[in-house]
Amino acid sequence: MTYITKPKLHHPGLATNKLGFTHRDYEGRISTLCAGCGHDSISAAVIQACFELDIEPHRVAKLSGIGCSSKTPDYFLGQSHGFNAVHGRMPSVLTGANLANRELIYLGVSGDGDSASIGFGQFVHCLRRGVNMVYICENNGVYGLTKGQFSATADKGSKAKSGAINADSPIDLVSLAIMLGATFVARGFSGDRKQLVPLIKAAITHQGSAVLDIISPCVTFNNHAGSTKSFDFVRAHNEAVNRLDYVPAEKEITVDYKEGSTEIVRQHDGSVLKLAKLRSDYDPSSRVAALAHLQDRQEAGEIATGLLFLDPKPEDLHGHLNTIDAPLNRLGQDELCPGADALEAVNAEYR
Amino acid sequence: MSSVSAKGRKPSPGPARRVGMAPTDTANPNYFHKVVDCQWACPAHTPVPEYIRLIAAGRYSDAYMINWQSNVFPGVLGRTCDRPCEPACRRGRVEKEPVAICRLKRVAADSKDDISDRLPKPAMVKNGKRVALIGAGPASLTVARDLLPFGYSCVIYDCDPFAGGMMRTQIPKFRLPERVLDEECGYILGLEPETRFGHKVESLKAILAEGYDAVFVGCGAPRGRDLDIPGRKEAAEHIHIGIDWLASVSFGHTTSIGKRVIVLGGGNTAMDCCRTSRRLGGERVDVVVRSGFAEMKASPWEKDDAMGEGIPIHNFLVPKEITHVEGRLTGVIFEKVKAEYDDKGRRKLVPSGDPPVHMPCDDVLVAVGQENAFPWIERDSGVEFDERNMPKVDPVTMQSTHPKVFFGGDAAFGPKNIIWAVAHGHEAALSIDLLCHGGDVAVRPSPLVNVLSQKMGIHEWSYDNDVSLDLRFKVPHAPKELTLKDVNMEVELGFNRELAFKEAQRCLNCDIETVFEKNLCIECDACVDICPMDCITFTPNAPEPVLRTMLTAPATNPAQDLYVSADLKTGNIMVKDEDVCLHCGLCAERCPTGAWDMQKFYLETAKAHACSR
Repeated sequence: MTYITKPKLHHPGLATNKLGFTHRDYEGRISTLCAGCGHDSISAAVIQACFELDIEPHRVAKLSGIGCSSKTPDYFLGQSHGFNAVHGRMPSVLTGANLANRELIYLGVSGDGDSASIGFGQFVHCLRRGVNMVYICENNGVYGLTKGQFSATADKGSKAKSGAINADSPIDLVSLAIMLGATFVARGFSGDRKQLVPLIKAAITHQGSAVLDIISPCVTFNNHAGSTKSFDFVRAHNEAVNRLDYVPAEKEITVDYKEGSTEIVRQHDGSVLKLAKLRSDYDPSSRVAALAHLQDRQEAGEIATGLLFLDPKPEDLHGHLNTIDAPLNRLGQDELCPGADALEAVNAEYR
Repeated sequence: MSSVSAKGRKPSPGPARRVGMAPTDTANPNYFHKVVDCQWACPAHTPVPEYIRLIAAGRYSDAYMINWQSNVFPGVLGRTCDRPCEPACRRGRVEKEPVAICRLKRVAADSKDDISDRLPKPAMVKNGKRVALIGAGPASLTVARDLLPFGYSCVIYDCDPFAGGMMRTQIPKFRLPERVLDEECGYILGLEPETRFGHKVESLKAILAEGYDAVFVGCGAPRGRDLDIPGRKEAAEHIHIGIDWLASVSFGHTTSIGKRVIVLGGGNTAMDCCRTSRRLGGERVDVVVRSGFAEMKASPWEKDDAMGEGIPIHNFLVPKEITHVEGRLTGVIFEKVKAEYDDKGRRKLVPSGDPPVHMPCDDVLVAVGQENAFPWIERDSGVEFDERNMPKVDPVTMQSTHPKVFFGGDAAFGPKNIIWAVAHGHEAALSIDLLCHGGDVAVRPSPLVNVLSQKMGIHEWSYDNDVSLDLRFKVPHAPKELTLKDVNMEVELGFNRELAFKEAQRCLNCDIETVFEKNLCIECDACVDICPMDCITFTPNAPEPVLRTMLTAPATNPAQDLYVSADLKTGNIMVKDEDVCLHCGLCAERCPTGAWDMQKFYLETAKAHACSR
């Protein structure tokens, strides 16, 4: 953390986006996390992604639970809506908000404690329902706020700063997400901005449940030799399956790509995901293949990153429930309270 | 991951290292010195941010002494300096205007306590070396100040009865009160040089024959350029050479001027002439310049002050003829011109074709430039002159072709300004000291340099790193109704302490350097994210022109260096564009490993005492 606020002055040649904003306009308050925290890098990547996507800040709702990671929505998109939920209960609040107003972009921000321990049940059920959101898990494998105990995502054999070796099996959030029906599943690393920003952009434009597991080293409690979530370890064992390039809808793709080396996926909004294959055998459209590959890399002691699974034609909760398009706050008295006759008709359907 | 892999680190990307920039050598004092734009631009290399911080802290005497050490005349310069530091100031690239460095210097001079006990005392023991100083202007006085405390016997010659040179004769008292000049000249005269004032030197050979160990020529550029046009001779009574006229006003010989005055010329002397005329009875004073308004040599603020006193400036008018009736001046005829540029971008003034303009007037002041004049230096004295009749002087050592004769100030390379004269004086004094101690004047001693961490606590620094968003404050002026009536009343009131504090807070502390230790960096990008100016990038290396386009924000100012590290663990390098860094220290506050540190760079140029002891 710092004692002074970030000066408002900015580089005189700073780029602006279509809305006339610079990336500085997407910042939030100054971070109070430890200096060098991976989470701050993720905040910066979210800022960069929203700036590049020309997102109007008031179209975004940031929701989080409790923990270091869940503090971060305060540090980006200071002009957006925010909700800090009870520990582990962000997914249900997000689901409710999404049901009430489907027009906003929902950004759920959580950590490995919030998602894989206290909020584990919320996490899995939210994914089962296919809520249209970006669920970011800032995963550092450690409980930083309580001074460095292993979290549920800590690798077996990983060493704590205190010297203890983790004997428990880890929860792999991406494998779970693929199994539970998320339609966009990716893993990134806070120390690789080039990979991370396109993943966040693609996740935001994906019209379904998008899960981003982002390895984020805890500089204070989990960045030592023997840790499997340190900068050095992740850099040495990072195996990207592909390199994603997000191309907005209005940009035509003119360059030809070699058959087999690059996959072009057109999204619902017209934007295009260009996937350069770094591993020729990797197929992100198959849940079975993705899961098998993740198991395989895990066995080899490596961390598979990149866009791991993508269903380009996602379904979402509103589709399943056949809800009205308009946000509830824009409905009038007559639509919200259609009267006794309407209720009678509904009840009759179930008789 | 089921187990911790024993797999080793991946090799750096890329099989062969690309050609790129070499790591920055911060051990070279010039690197960080250049980052302190103001100090680098100051001919005397005054440690500007250091004294500005002292002003903010209310330590005016300390701020004054830092100035006095570097530029000898802080009170004078705080009112009259040409301020090369201000166009260089980083603040001017970050927002609209630079810090009012010059006027802050004046605050230190005006608000200091009695500093006489901090000044050097006359030398107790003489070293037996005798130095003659020709002229008692800023250059000679600087040489005297630098040499006297170390036992030199200095003899100062001047044709005028007082010390100060052009500071006294050419700068009007409404810009520089006499007491300020007297005080600062007095500090040097207090070191007990021998003064031969009111004594015009007629022969360099005669001076050399007196057996001096060194002679310093600081006699200025004493000859005002004249205008050779029809009518000049006939109407001579009411046509005056600007610098001579100003000197005459300064010494009280001239106390009035006609109601309508035309000032020819666009330099600072012209501005002083027109403003002085307004105070001596000139009701309608016009400045007329050959060039365009924008190309005038006068400092912008001096033009503003003149126009603020109701003096119009007419441009693109070339004087052609002085009109007169029976020997009495009646006006000036001007030809209208326009600027044309040739293929090489050189400007030429050509007649516009408009009919000539006649401007009636009672007096004309000619301020169209100054020239050097050395009628007293024999051409066989050993001092060689070039084809422009200027002495051949080494720009570093200030030595002429006669090993014992040195030049400085306007006498060396033609008219410049006070701060250059002081800078020349320091270098000449250093050369004289080297010469008198049998050293090689070409081998210059290194500057004194200190680089010291400012870290006080986890996020605490020994300087105020919060950046003020205030815009430049204006210096208050005395009411025009009063100042235009009194040629000796100072126009600028100076910043009061409260304004001075606020203006001082605008300083970005560019001497508090961002210092990067590559072995501590873990490449977490925290500094990149927090930097408010997008100065920092981690990237593969490349040749500088390419690298400049690859940064978070492109580095488009080639005058400002890139700070480049050696290869880091991932094979990337750290690149920091120094251009618009706020020196806020947030990179160092956010760095988890202390790879960034804020270190104060203090540089004092080598003075005479650096080598003599």
